[in-house]
Amino acid sequence: MSPGERGEDKAEHYVNPKGFDPKDVEILTREQERYYQAPQWKIIWWKFRKHKLAVLSAIILFFFYLCVPFAEIIAPYPVAKRNVDFLFAPPQAIHLFHEGKLVGPFVYGLNPSVDLENLKWVYETDTTKVQKIRFFCKGEPYKFWGLFPASFHVICPAKDGTLFIAGTDRLGRDQYSGLVYGARLSLTIGLVGVSISMVLGVLLGGLAGFFGGWIDSSIQRVIEIMRSLPELPLWMALSAALPITWSPVWIYFGLTVILGLLDWPGLARAVRSKLLSLREEEYAKAAALMGASPSRIIVKHLLPGFTSHLVASATLSVPAMILGETALSFLNLGLRRPAVSWGVLLNEAQNISVVTIYPWLMAPVIPIIIVVLAFNFMGDGLRDAADPYK
Amino acid sequence: MLNYILRRLLVMIPTLAAISFLIFFIIELPEGDYISNQISMLRSTGESASIGRLEFLRKEFALDRPFVERYGIWVGLWPGPNGFDGLIQGNWGWSFEYDQPVGEVVGPTLPLTVALNLATVLFIYCVAFPIGIYSATHQYSVGDYTFTLIGYLGLATPNFLLALVLMYLANSWFGLTVGGIMEEHYIGEPMSGGKVLSIVAHLIVPVIVIGTSGTAAMIRRLRANLLDEIYKQYVTTARSKGMRESKLLVKYPLRVALNPFIADIGNLIPSLVSGSVIVSVVLNLPTVGPVLLGALQSQDQFLAGFILLFVSILTLIGMLVSDVLLGYLDPRIRLGKEGARQ
Repeated sequence: MSPGERGEDKAEHYVNPKGFDPKDVEILTREQERYYQAPQWKIIWWKFRKHKLAVLSAIILFFFYLCVPFAEIIAPYPVAKRNVDFLFAPPQAIHLFHEGKLVGPFVYGLNPSVDLENLKWVYETDTTKVQKIRFFCKGEPYKFWGLFPASFHVICPAKDGTLFIAGTDRLGRDQYSGLVYGARLSLTIGLVGVSISMVLGVLLGGLAGFFGGWIDSSIQRVIEIMRSLPELPLWMALSAALPITWSPVWIYFGLTVILGLLDWPGLARAVRSKLLSLREEEYAKAAALMGASPSRIIVKHLLPGFTSHLVASATLSVPAMILGETALSFLNLGLRRPAVSWGVLLNEAQNISVVTIYPWLMAPVIPIIIVVLAFNFMGDGLRDAADPYK
Repeated sequence: MLNYILRRLLVMIPTLAAISFLIFFIIELPEGDYISNQISMLRSTGESASIGRLEFLRKEFALDRPFVERYGIWVGLWPGPNGFDGLIQGNWGWSFEYDQPVGEVVGPTLPLTVALNLATVLFIYCVAFPIGIYSATHQYSVGDYTFTLIGYLGLATPNFLLALVLMYLANSWFGLTVGGIMEEHYIGEPMSGGKVLSIVAHLIVPVIVIGTSGTAAMIRRLRANLLDEIYKQYVTTARSKGMRESKLLVKYPLRVALNPFIADIGNLIPSLVSGSVIVSVVLNLPTVGPVLLGALQSQDQFLAGFILLFVSILTLIGMLVSDVLLGYLDPRIRLGKEGARQ
């Protein structure tokens, strides 16, 4: 306020010749209007879209997750199919040109023989055998989702030919098909596990943050103890406790519960601190004054305020679960055949002397690293976008 | 200071009690116990000669008592068949699989486990400290970007897969056997200079493998902390007074940024210990890792329980050390203002 308006030392009366348009200050550009009217999720999406690496990661993950429903169609071989003539066959390189002529994608045939001196399988690529890869074709019969008999594949080997993109293992099972089928368990175990830990985290963190007092301090103690424990040895002990007689499906659910049971403290802590700050907000007080029950206030009024944060931190804890399953199955404590996951496949690579001779047994390492990196980048992007009004 | 350490030690006691109970609960989860499994196995094969002896053993190890009582006996708070004889009294239990006291089974592996984890923590500090400072003071330089990229890869690559890949590469490129803890001809020999060198050489790969993700996390953390401090007023003031750049950095912003750096190592230790367990299995190192795996698979409950407790105590001590260091560095914590820490 200038001294002139207080009338102590009056200046000359001034009138702006332009006139006053009350709407003038409030005219928004189209851009601004669009932004202010957009719902929260839309703004999150706009912000997420700017994070190029995160978007790329999301696309990569989408393609990986396609393997979950369509594994049978994407894989050239059924997962348990044993190619008895091709044990420990090396990966077949895909070529385009044969003797200078374009043939389209094809592989050269393999001639197996046994090296009796070193006791290993030796494969010669036979450059006279050109085996054209077929696409969208009828191949090995399988049961889609274990229910419907079918034989349609996206990619098949040539008739009477082979197509081992990532080699085969000791029983002649195609590794690439194994990877595609393995994605089904490896990729979903993280999601299911994270949902379990999210339910626990929201529930316990919510109780601690909303009620405070002794509930808060006892839950805090539990969180502190859980966080000071080395996770993997406990995972090992818990999964060793799963009865061997259980079917793979039960083992799978057992594992997700185990992974989720030890993972919730981080989420609970985040929920608690968010709730502590949000419950002081006016709207939470208003709801309480109007007689809303605590659970209604938490779920209806407070939770939406940090759902995006929750999703972001859940995304960041998916890789830990995928790795946990891989480690457990690798150590023979998790899933076992006939269930196939990336950890189960890696189990074949446990013996280093086998790996040195047949290095393609380590193939599952590649998708695991890609998926973990992608989840990390996508989680980073989501976390940055989670609070769009900042 | 002493007061602070004492208080911190007192807090550890209920934590330890809770952890030991949790661990005992977990190792008792599988149905039956080692001996009752043996008995039923013998029954199914029709051999009943040694069943009597096993029944006696079950009584001897108090496996026929109720759960809480068994826990009390294990810890040494409840009189067992031989009176008070549990962890507190220094009896670590009996390993059924090895038919030896647990102490003798794990004894040789404990020093190496501690050494491996200690070496990893040192490695993380030694590598993350200079790189973190460099990255912060040379923000957006080529070096900074390179370290950031390596850091991302380090964070994402699971340590046991890294161990597997490194082992393969070392074997196929240099013909080295990475596994094991020393060259074979040293096994069983008395300690000598050559043996120590061999052990140190074999520790390098596991330390790098276990420490990579921790180092990456620490670099990111130190860089972010230092960047927060470096552009503050007091730094500008000191610079305008003509303080030398290197002295300035060490004197002011680094000291502030060091706090979370020390605190974080405490948070990292559980994952380091986790990593050392599985990496030891992959690289075939004689730490508690492979023993734990074997014990879990054969349901050798006291052995597994003791190892789980041991690694948990290891992390607790690590956290204690980091807290004490933090208390030493930061008077706000030492003097007990809890709120100042957040």
